[in-house]
Amino acid sequence: MKLLVNGKELNVKEDITLEELLSHMDIPLRPVGLAVAVNEEVVPKSKYGVFRLKEGDKVEIVNIVGGG
Amino acid sequence: MLEEKLLEEDYLEIAGKVFRSRLIIGSGKFKSFQENKEVLEASGAEMITVAVRRVNITDRSKENLLDYIDPTKYQILPNTAGCYTAEEAIKTAMLAREATGIEWVKLEVIGDQKTLLPDMEETLKAAKFLVKEGFVVLPYIFDDPIYAKKFEDAGCVAVMPLAAPIGSGLGMQNPYNLIFIKEAVSVPVIVDAGIGSAADIPPVMELGVDAILTNTALAEAKDPVKMAIAMKYAVIAGRLSYLAGRMPKRTYAVPSSPLKGLPYKT
Repeated sequence: MKLLVNGKELNVKEDITLEELLSHMDIPLRPVGLAVAVNEEVVPKSKYGVFRLKEGDKVEIVNIVGGG
Repeated sequence: MLEEKLLEEDYLEIAGKVFRSRLIIGSGKFKSFQENKEVLEASGAEMITVAVRRVNITDRSKENLLDYIDPTKYQILPNTAGCYTAEEAIKTAMLAREATGIEWVKLEVIGDQKTLLPDMEETLKAAKFLVKEGFVVLPYIFDDPIYAKKFEDAGCVAVMPLAAPIGSGLGMQNPYNLIFIKEAVSVPVIVDAGIGSAADIPPVMELGVDAILTNTALAEAKDPVKMAIAMKYAVIAGRLSYLAGRMPKRTYAVPSSPLKGLPYKT
């Protein structure tokens, strides 16, 4: 199925969980510094293992960077 | 020592949290995380702003800013820089809270790309919403005393008026508005944006504002660590000068040596 991850289309297996998506994308699951929103709703880190994505979901994966 | 006693007694309190340093720094545009860390330590600042950005999918460094800056030692202040509407800023603040576990936010809603001046209407809208959501909101605002009061009334824990546009390094452009803001609100006034070097800081602090936030003046200094040390002292100099109280300005000279008893005078 297709997802929109950080503004780009990405093909993944059906029913992928957020945790699987992050691992598939080689994004380390750091306790501090990472956040994910699906369809503009923040998903708490404790839910990554059970949160299943659907076709067309818009996923934003962000981290903390330098800024003023 | 008297100096230490003075600085010990004169602390800054924001949302019930005590800060010994009145300098807040940003973490943007430094050459490396290591340089940023050294600047932070040299500056004596206890609060540092950070930003939230998409993970770079193609070129991803395993390093993270928060590996260099200990959030248990420093107050991390996530910003909403780059947001142009209240809605964008609110969504960014939510991501920042999840990413850092911190409810403090430097709320920034920009109105124009060229000047990066804040859109006060949108900023106030976002501030009201975020305060209701339990955020500790520090808004970046225009140096407008009327709006500053509105942000205080909305429950913001401080207001952060500009001294000059972000990244301009022009130094304070309108001291009178900053004086009016200081009179208008009882929450701390943190002058954010426009500082160009350590020398720009004392005239601002001398007005009685509570703290200074600067980023570009450090990152773009030839030697950012030296500038950080200079700024640490500049903030202290300006603050103590404010507390000491300046002499009145006069048009004409007034001698500082006695007029009586001059030798060779008849």
